[in-house]
Amino acid sequence: MSAAPFLAVAGIAKRFRGLLAVDDVSFEVAEGRIVALIGPNGAGKTTIFNLIAGVYRPDRGRIALVGRDIAGLRPHQVCDAGIARTFQLVKPFGALSVEDNVLVGALKRNPAMAAARRTAREILARLGLAEKAQAPAASLTLAERKRLETARALATGPRLLLLDEVMAGLRPTEIDTMVATFRSLVRETGVTILLTEHVMRAVMALSDHVVVLHHGQKIADGVPEAVARDPRVLECYLGTHAPIAPGARG
Amino acid sequence: MTRIAARLGVTPRALVAGALLLAILLALPWFASSYIVSVMVLVLFAAYLGQAWNIMMGFAGLLSIGHALYVGLGAYTGAALFVHFSLPPWIGMVAGVPIAMLAGCIIGGLSFRFGVTGVYFALLTIAFAEFTRILFDHFGWIGGSSGLFLPVTNLAQNDLWHLRGSPAMFYYLMLALVAAALALTRFLLRRRIGFYWQAIREDPDAAEALGINTFRYKLAAVALSAGMTAIAGVIEAFYYNNLYPSTAFAIGRSVELMSAPIVGGLGTLFGPIFGAFVLTVLGESMTGLTAALHIDGIKQWFYGAVLLLIVALQPGGLWPWVAAWLGLADRKDAR
Amino acid sequence: MLVLNILIAGILTGAVYGLMALGLSVIFGVIRVVNFAHGEMMVAGMYVAIVLNQRAGIDPLAALPFIAALLFAFGYALQRGLINRFIARPEYNQFLLLLAVSILLTSSTLMVFGPDARNVQLDYAFDSFEFHGLLLDKVRVLAALGAAIGVAGLWAFFSLTRTGKAIRACADNQLGAQIVGLDVKRLYAATFGIGAACVGAAGSLLLLLVDVQPYIGADFTLLGFIIVILGGLGSMPGALLGGVLVGVSEALAGFFIDPSLKSMFSFALLILVLLVRPQGLLGRTA
Repeated sequence: MSAAPFLAVAGIAKRFRGLLAVDDVSFEVAEGRIVALIGPNGAGKTTIFNLIAGVYRPDRGRIALVGRDIAGLRPHQVCDAGIARTFQLVKPFGALSVEDNVLVGALKRNPAMAAARRTAREILARLGLAEKAQAPAASLTLAERKRLETARALATGPRLLLLDEVMAGLRPTEIDTMVATFRSLVRETGVTILLTEHVMRAVMALSDHVVVLHHGQKIADGVPEAVARDPRVLECYLGTHAPIAPGARG
Repeated sequence: MTRIAARLGVTPRALVAGALLLAILLALPWFASSYIVSVMVLVLFAAYLGQAWNIMMGFAGLLSIGHALYVGLGAYTGAALFVHFSLPPWIGMVAGVPIAMLAGCIIGGLSFRFGVTGVYFALLTIAFAEFTRILFDHFGWIGGSSGLFLPVTNLAQNDLWHLRGSPAMFYYLMLALVAAALALTRFLLRRRIGFYWQAIREDPDAAEALGINTFRYKLAAVALSAGMTAIAGVIEAFYYNNLYPSTAFAIGRSVELMSAPIVGGLGTLFGPIFGAFVLTVLGESMTGLTAALHIDGIKQWFYGAVLLLIVALQPGGLWPWVAAWLGLADRKDAR
Repeated sequence: MLVLNILIAGILTGAVYGLMALGLSVIFGVIRVVNFAHGEMMVAGMYVAIVLNQRAGIDPLAALPFIAALLFAFGYALQRGLINRFIARPEYNQFLLLLAVSILLTSSTLMVFGPDARNVQLDYAFDSFEFHGLLLDKVRVLAALGAAIGVAGLWAFFSLTRTGKAIRACADNQLGAQIVGLDVKRLYAATFGIGAACVGAAGSLLLLLVDVQPYIGADFTLLGFIIVILGGLGSMPGALLGGVLVGVSEALAGFFIDPSLKSMFSFALLILVLLVRPQGLLGRTA
């Protein structure tokens, strides 16, 4: 274990015109692990993602990737540093083919066209989109678009992958496929994953570690089983939503 | 034949059609009347300007409704250097192109730095063009609102260096430029820059998240488009031999310039050329109608109607549809 | 004292500009469509007023309600029949659509009326009021008064009538409005109609002050944008404030500097505002 944690978020805060979306949140992500950020709607999960990804600048606090401060970098610089992200509302390049979509991502890692195309094809195959390579991205189903979104982010060769509610709207079988894909991805490439999710089935199955947010604050931080039994977590979910259990929500 | 086609990345049919078209165009001045040649010069001007504008809008998704600014800057630079210092137009281009590119970088740089996009950006381009138009009206050194006139010399001999000659000379010059622009845009579209531009057009946030420095690439599109446009500006100045700020920088010119690529096919390679041909030819027939009926404004009305129909019914332009119908399309793209 | 006269003249003219820009602001604030044909619609209305004046001797002020109604119908039909179909398309598509409409309007007026400038013949064109040593042109005062009434009427419509409130609901939350059963399509059409009626009314008033020519439509569209962006897209008081500001700056610039440079000043202002505060002086950030 190296001295500096892989991703360290320390005391970050973000206010939007009177609403404190993120309030003094700190957590760490170890390399090669899968960490889940969960919490009710409005808890601040996507804001934290946007802070890490460079879309917003934190009002306070520090975000460090292997010791290097990345808070305040612009999104493309964050990608240069080795962090790739997907969007909650998928953003495919509709007029381009599926393969060309991933190619755009791959060009970050391989500026040469031929090498980039090879990478794109490999990643498409890994995510089960090889047959749709020439189809226009706009013609894909939601599940396929989510996989495309992931493939594209993956093609940039990141060390840290931020997955924003990538399971939302998928059927249980599709969720299981995605879980298996991510598991093998981490095992084979050593990429680190930080994901936000509402689908508890996926969270419990995938994560090594869970961080729970509520009203912009961190209320729990631990292994999935412990978090699922934590009374504060149960209270925040019971107060507004159904209890956490595998198979619930989605 | 098929091997050559595959090497070039086109279907064999497209190769044959392209070669045929090129042969006809090269031979045109020999068998066509001088009227047809001069109409074709107009077509080629429109095509080239459309190709330059297409880089900004069709590839990178940046709507510029003030492109006449770059035409005018090129034209006035070339003309002024000729009138005041007897410098040939090609030297004038060496000055005019950077000036236009600088203007583009200023407009683009300020806009993108301040996050001005979409329709607001379009309004900004209009504002800059209008501002410059009025500025030049008061710019005495280049004639002001009374205009700048180039001394017309003996047209019997073709002087390419001084851009003095018959319409046929301009015809071949513009044909070469259109062909060069086609080759350049095709080259760029297949490289990283082309894909990055398209990504920015489709979804700038997603592009940014994939490591694309959208500011730099958008600026590159604007600069290239402006520079290419200015080249045509210089040539136009020497073709028409007169310049007025009220026409050179007019918003009407900007709109006219946009029509060919929109009608032909935004973002395609051959669209602006096809659109230029269709619009100019039909426009010329309208001119005949206008003269016969003695009514002003028929031509503009026609432009507006075509624009409306295309934007409403066939926003992808006519060329993709025609190319598919002719069987020239390569898989999914009609390039 | 002379400066004060000019200032007042600028304010009065600015009020009319404000009414014109108000229509643009309303359309954008609710439907989120940038009406590039705004000035051209106004010019078309002005020509109708000219015809009424020259054929039937009707004063533009009297013709105003008719012109406003006519343009309301045109705007309603345009939105309902054409623009509504492309609401979901990328924004530049609607922009280009309206650009095409503006070209059609300009060329149509050109074809029917020819390129020469026309104006209305008014008995009181050179009358003026005297007020504490200030000289106020009668036409300017009447025009400004008309504009003020128009704005007040609009405000009353949006605040007090059911349709007006429904339109404001659409602007705030389109999905919510649909859920509670509001016919969004019809309300959008009505909004466009209202915006067009504003500009029609402004045109009738403007006829008291300027000559009309087919090509001035584009100038007024741009002027409308300058005002609306200055005051804030979607803000009614902003449009008025912007209108007065532009009217005053034009008047002052015309007096102190070369009159033909005054537009340049307006464009420079537009550039500045677009860059620094695109939501305008009174607008909300998106």
